[in-house]
Amino acid sequence: MSLNIVLAILVTSLATYISRFLGVITSNKIKENSKIFRWFNCLAYSTLSALLARIIIFPAGALAEVDYFIRFIVVFICLIIFLISKKNFVYPTVLSALFLYLLSSNF
Amino acid sequence: MINTKYFLKGYVSIKGVDSPAIALAASFIAIGALFKTIGLNIQESIFSTFLTYALPGSLIMAESLIVGASLLNIFLAVWLVNARLYPMTVSLFPLLMHKSQPKLKYYLACHFIAVSAWLIMKENYKAVERKYRLDFWIGVGAANLSVAVSATAFGFFIADHLNKDMMIGLAIVNPVYFTCVMVGAMKTIQMSLAVILGSLLGIVFYFVSPEWCILLGGFTAGTFAFFIGESSVT
Repeated sequence: MSLNIVLAILVTSLATYISRFLGVITSNKIKENSKIFRWFNCLAYSTLSALLARIIIFPAGALAEVDYFIRFIVVFICLIIFLISKKNFVYPTVLSALFLYLLSSNF
Repeated sequence: MINTKYFLKGYVSIKGVDSPAIALAASFIAIGALFKTIGLNIQESIFSTFLTYALPGSLIMAESLIVGASLLNIFLAVWLVNARLYPMTVSLFPLLMHKSQPKLKYYLACHFIAVSAWLIMKENYKAVERKYRLDFWIGVGAANLSVAVSATAFGFFIADHLNKDMMIGLAIVNPVYFTCVMVGAMKTIQMSLAVILGSLLGIVFYFVSPEWCILLGGFTAGTFAFFIGESSVT
């Protein structure tokens, strides 16, 4: 294994683990029926949504090569499928790859 | 050490219809293929998924390796994008706390915090006896991590057969899955506001700072949602 890559992997894991570790320390002092727990719950969902919005609107990697409009259409259609299929997760996820594959290879 | 019955119950919970397994596999297949393309070998690829097990961080590492970023840069960029794991841990682990469980087990089990396992646990914790929730959680986490590691290896081996459009197709699966999950989670005013404001402010703050937009947007949106939600209840 090349040293650079191994170091990069270790640094990445450490940077990721820190947040989990600090989370456990904080959890020791928080009661599940407290206001601060509910606040953290809001923070967890809002940061996840912020991350998702960023990935969809300003993506890195392969997604960046698809037009913004196409990405948006695919997510929108899949969300509609999710809602009309009584919140089935399998249809929208499987179809999303197919839609984007078809749209990005034809436009 | 670990209660086998609850561990296995947690492990098989990944089979449900609302399971993140498909989304998780699709995105880690893409990561495995990307790792091969940028020159990692199979051991390094598996090692990376096993140790990091958080997709946006792995993506940043891959991009940093391509441009030759310094280790300090990698550390900061990954920390910023994965800092969301902190509120995620704090909004889950108090539910798993029990005095009979050794402290060290929590510090090891927190490695499994990633959005996929976290969501399964948030949906199912009430059905599990408090004393064994941590064992159940370790099962859920181990199942998700096994999917992630196997998918990385699979992606690595089929990398040469994946063209650009297929990679793009794989990359959208995870965001679409989680968009559906977030919309599904909008059951109260507080949760709906957290999700809607989070998405909007995440984008708004991107124009202020692309690195800090997730944290700043998430923090502002979550805090607003909390206060508005609390005041609407009382």
